[in-house]
Amino acid sequence: MADTAALNGINGLRHIRRSPASHLAAALEAGSIEGTVVLREGPFRTMVGLRVDPRSEEGARVVAVAGGLPLRCGDVGGADGVRVLWLGPSEFLVVASEDVHDSLGGTLIDSLTAALGGAPGQVVDLSANRTTFELSGTRARAVLEKGCSLDLHPRSFPPGTALSTEVGNIPVVLEKTGKESFRIFPRASFADFLGRWLLDAMREYASPEVP
Amino acid sequence: MLLISCPNCGSRDETEFHYGGQAHVPYPEDPAALDDRQWAEFLFYRDNTKGAFAERWLHSTGCRQWFNLLRDTVTYEIQAVYPMGAARPDRAAAAPESGTASTAPDSTTTGTAAPDISGTSTAPATSAGTTAPEGASK
Repeated sequence: MADTAALNGINGLRHIRRSPASHLAAALEAGSIEGTVVLREGPFRTMVGLRVDPRSEEGARVVAVAGGLPLRCGDVGGADGVRVLWLGPSEFLVVASEDVHDSLGGTLIDSLTAALGGAPGQVVDLSANRTTFELSGTRARAVLEKGCSLDLHPRSFPPGTALSTEVGNIPVVLEKTGKESFRIFPRASFADFLGRWLLDAMREYASPEVP
Repeated sequence: MLLISCPNCGSRDETEFHYGGQAHVPYPEDPAALDDRQWAEFLFYRDNTKGAFAERWLHSTGCRQWFNLLRDTVTYEIQAVYPMGAARPDRAAAAPESGTASTAPDSTTTGTAAPDISGTSTAPATSAGTTAPEGASK
């Protein structure tokens, strides 16, 4: 986990917040194979569920705050450290670093709410809804392909895209952040299962390849 | 396993979808005027078609949008994918503008991931053995 000592807020209780897969931290480290496939849980993030028609007037106001809404399945919008993942034609997941959360002194949620105003739509703080797994390495794609039916080849799933799908039968948002790195957003209650599932899927790559 | 072409997301596994039953079952205009039998028939009585069947599907782990599908209940061939509220494409075939329902621009689709199979929605054959369109294979 990220160093959280610098972040105070949430009534001074920030330091006792535990991430959904924190109990797996040692197992994730032991199961990772440096250079082949590495799994770790990402730091807390600010996540906002956003529902707005991107072609409407209020959509334009939200775009000004969020830095762009994706218009197609797979696209990722946003700017300045704020990423907006496409979940549906009028549904988005805004992901940003933890410190922009309003309880820690940021203004992201407030300004999104203000941008939407009284128009149809919603802005909901979902920061505790999902956790993040970061999977990277030369075998990262092979691990995901064991439980994901999407075509994960770079020609159809290039870096900078995100799709909502299933990995190991768990509904997740799968974001490709780099050539060989993925970010997986499962809901908190599935973090334990998915973490263990991924560890199991990674295990074969710890052994030498059978010729 | 069916490969279903979601109008928003493209081809995805059947497991990502939820089935919504028969499409084009209108809500009664005046429900209070129905007697018990008519109300029960509205609620529970559905066609049991052999052949082309219009049904609703929800892409529940994807874009969470509903859409309609025309599927052959014998061969599982998916003959058309069209938005909610559009007329059933094969029934509209008599009209000169046949088949346009599946590409209606006023749907919730974003228009970029439209499935290829929409062009086959006017295919007259509904019996088994027709060439399966791309995306309908198991």
